[in-house]
Amino acid sequence: MKIIYILTLVPFIGILGFLPFVNPYVLGMPFNMFWMAMWVVLTSAILGIMYKLDPRNRE
Amino acid sequence: MNIALLIILAFLLLSIFLGIRSSKGKDMDLEQWTVGGRGFGAIFVFLLMAGEIYTTFSFLGGSGWAYGKGAPALYVLIYITLSYVLSYWLLPEIWRYAKENKLMSQSDFFVSKYKSPSLGILAALVGVVSMIPVIVVQLKGLGIIVSEASYGAISMSEAVWMGAISLTIYVMISGIHGSVWTAVIKDIMMVAIIGFLGIYLPIHYFGGFQPMFEAVDAAKPGFLKFPDQGLSVSWFISTVILLVFGFYMWPQVFSAVYSARSGKVFRKNAIISPLYTLMLLFVFFVGFTAILKVPGLVGADADLSLLRLSIETFDPWFIGIIGGAGLLTALVPGSMLLMSVATLLAKNVYKEFAPDVSDRHIVRLAKFLVPIIALIAVYFTLNGGETMSALILMGYSLITQLFPSLLLSLKRNNPINKFGAIAGIITGLAIVICITLSQSTIGTLFPSLPQAAKDLNVGIIALAVNFIVMITVSIAFRKHAVQLEPKSVNDI
Repeated sequence: MKIIYILTLVPFIGILGFLPFVNPYVLGMPFNMFWMAMWVVLTSAILGIMYKLDPRNRE
Repeated sequence: MNIALLIILAFLLLSIFLGIRSSKGKDMDLEQWTVGGRGFGAIFVFLLMAGEIYTTFSFLGGSGWAYGKGAPALYVLIYITLSYVLSYWLLPEIWRYAKENKLMSQSDFFVSKYKSPSLGILAALVGVVSMIPVIVVQLKGLGIIVSEASYGAISMSEAVWMGAISLTIYVMISGIHGSVWTAVIKDIMMVAIIGFLGIYLPIHYFGGFQPMFEAVDAAKPGFLKFPDQGLSVSWFISTVILLVFGFYMWPQVFSAVYSARSGKVFRKNAIISPLYTLMLLFVFFVGFTAILKVPGLVGADADLSLLRLSIETFDPWFIGIIGGAGLLTALVPGSMLLMSVATLLAKNVYKEFAPDVSDRHIVRLAKFLVPIIALIAVYFTLNGGETMSALILMGYSLITQLFPSLLLSLKRNNPINKFGAIAGIITGLAIVICITLSQSTIGTLFPSLPQAAKDLNVGIIALAVNFIVMITVSIAFRKHAVQLEPKSVNDI
């Protein structure tokens, strides 16, 4: 379960923690907008990994 | 009546028809009307929850903030995404406890956890006060859609009245089952229309996304970055944290949680839900396109940008389709909000003072309250000049004050007692209300603080004080708390 707790914090650090440093155009978007859109997708993937690893999902 | 209004009217009639059809054959007792008999599977719960994302706020307010504020509008995308991370842990716990104790409202949760009917009444009243600005947003959206689609034939105030009457009829007839089926149509239409507008408009006017952003950056340098002060990075971070804590505190969201068949539903839904928010990028693209194509919309008028740009670009029949989709984005969340406020007042406030009344009587009272609440919302809609985003942020600052006492109540040995919970919530609310009414910010109250601290969202400060007061009072009243409060306020 420890890895799931750590994974929970990753999106918060990735989006909010790095924001001062990410404030080139990527996929037509300004870099700060792309960074956030990328983390939306990554958050979804992280939640998928958490679901797979969580023994409660075999309540 | 033009073709656009006729199409919008057809959408309204369709949603009322769906409401009647879905509630047919069901005995609409309190549990059926509010939590759908607790039998919704993953897809329906997903649609009810996702319906909370695509409201008139995201449709008109999201593009309005991109138009008026630039990069800070991205907070909408991020707070919803991070809320799903919190939901993975929070919602199954709430659902399990609610099912074990047969709870029906958020207020019941506080009563049961803290053995305090008075805390239940306080939570219900906080919910009611917080939801009024959000109902105002839905009415404002309905007003904008109808008045703009009429090409000036119907004034904003007439349109708000028409919207309020439509919303009231819809709620009285349908209950939560109607909301679910309309949510299905609404979400399909919203994804199609937002996707189309967000891709077509930048390409039509600028030849692509990057040329559009470059043109905006040239016309308004720095608009696409977070500014150094005001809506800065520290404002963004504090606002997102506040909204993540508040996302599941809304009473109507609690009701949607209770309607699930199992707790696993939430962990499964959390995986796919963040991707659903990506559609909001297209809403922002429309707002950014409108900056150079329909300039001059200031203050609350920025919320008109999506429809003004669409009217300049498309024929009336297509404006009718956009307006119809917009109408549904106001009807579904608006009906959930109205239903929640009415049920909270009837069941969690009135019934505490009259515990012998039957559930049937409570349903009748809740339905009677719906038009009264709608009238109050109409008053604030016609007499307020705030943007949709400002109204939503105000509602969040209020409702999030319930978060500390709810979170700690989920601990096995809750260190907080009812005295601490009540004192913390009241202190947090008082700070938010005082600062909102005096139109202060952290910066105006404490001008010597560093800029990053001055830009913090005031709601997060209220939340911190709430937490400190809650802990302090709980420790001070530890001995008193062992005597349980009576089951009804009449016994006090």
